[in-house]
Amino acid sequence: MFDHPSAGVVAAEKGNERLELRYGKLILATGARELFLPFPGWTLPGICGAGGLDAMARGGLPVSGKRVVVAGTGPLLLAVAAHVAARGAKVVAICEQAPLRSLIQFAGRMLGQPAKLAQGIRYRWAVRAPMYFGCWPVEARGDGALEKVTLRTRLRRWTVTCDFLACGFHLVPNTELAQLIGCRIEDGLVAVDEMQRTSVENVLCAGEPTGIGGVEMAVIEGQIAGLAAAGALNEAGKFVPRRRKMLGFVRALREAFVLDPELRRLASDATIVCRCEDVVYGDLRRYSGWRDAKLQTRCGMGPCQGRICGAAAEFLFGWCVEGVRPPAFPVLVASLATASTVSEEVQEGS
Amino acid sequence: MREEMRPVLLTVNGRSVEVAEGTTVAAAVLISGAPTRRSVSGEARAPLCGMGICFECRVAIDGRPHQRSCQIVCAAGMDVRTL
Repeated sequence: MFDHPSAGVVAAEKGNERLELRYGKLILATGARELFLPFPGWTLPGICGAGGLDAMARGGLPVSGKRVVVAGTGPLLLAVAAHVAARGAKVVAICEQAPLRSLIQFAGRMLGQPAKLAQGIRYRWAVRAPMYFGCWPVEARGDGALEKVTLRTRLRRWTVTCDFLACGFHLVPNTELAQLIGCRIEDGLVAVDEMQRTSVENVLCAGEPTGIGGVEMAVIEGQIAGLAAAGALNEAGKFVPRRRKMLGFVRALREAFVLDPELRRLASDATIVCRCEDVVYGDLRRYSGWRDAKLQTRCGMGPCQGRICGAAAEFLFGWCVEGVRPPAFPVLVASLATASTVSEEVQEGS
Repeated sequence: MREEMRPVLLTVNGRSVEVAEGTTVAAAVLISGAPTRRSVSGEARAPLCGMGICFECRVAIDGRPHQRSCQIVCAAGMDVRTL
């Protein structure tokens, strides 16, 4: 889906074909992406997201016998380490940027959710690698591909050799489609009521775009949204207390894995921030805002449309990244041309 | 009875690559040893997000450019070209 030309119509592309879909109710379930923070060398092949490596291993990338460093923040790190270890990878280090005390507090708050806590412990048990806290990669090096990564804690700095660095600093909700449709966004999240309805009529939203809460919560929200969209509000209401109960987990996640401000100093002037257009940190920090930087440097104007560098820029510079316009994803010119004709027709008819 | 994993044969930059059924094109490209693309300043790049967001994995498949290879499963006889 790349456009929402008018109420009740979405434009999508499948293969070479442009689809025009008419809806009575629309449920957005766009999920989240990982937050990537630039550091010297992070564009080398062999460096990918934490969830990124997991996804690629599931997609057939052989990791057996490979040396893997898992870094970043959030409960995903342990899950990824356990998953790739199960596929034969040698996990050499797990680096969590949050301090140990945050993790202990987080575990304490998870006592109310023993299933999640047990899962975390199982994952940790499955991996023999040392886990470091207040730790992150500061530099990666290699000739054409990753060979070694330098890690730091407050007390020391050391270098490990590895084939993969799986590094993700938790999640960023995918709110682009909701923004395109005009749904109200609050604190970076799609605002919904208890029935998962957004501020736009007939448009609902479920899962991570309404708050990062993991798969169980997303499933509950999906059930509420589905039932509410079908008009079964009473049925949907039965799931609402279960969702409310999980809001504590959302809050605990947000508080435990808050990013260390030191991470803002990871990039050097020569570090690429925008990978699509190869715009470096030194060129960006001269500007006062996202729009200015975008116009002057092409930052965020490549095919990912700022999905990677925009989120990084929000953290690095405190910029407000906004201005989603169709097409929300790159599409064929033919799809665009048809889309504009259709939207005109609809306007004329209305 | 478990079904045998059938290998899929495709080409990456003209070289034959054999992968297990269900393997993504991105994984096949990495197995072949090639980066997926060169950046605008000439750096070798490989997939970052693995979920169709970052566009680092884009390659040409059967002549159609800019395909997100991490979201496409290999098919027999596919002609994959890295950029």
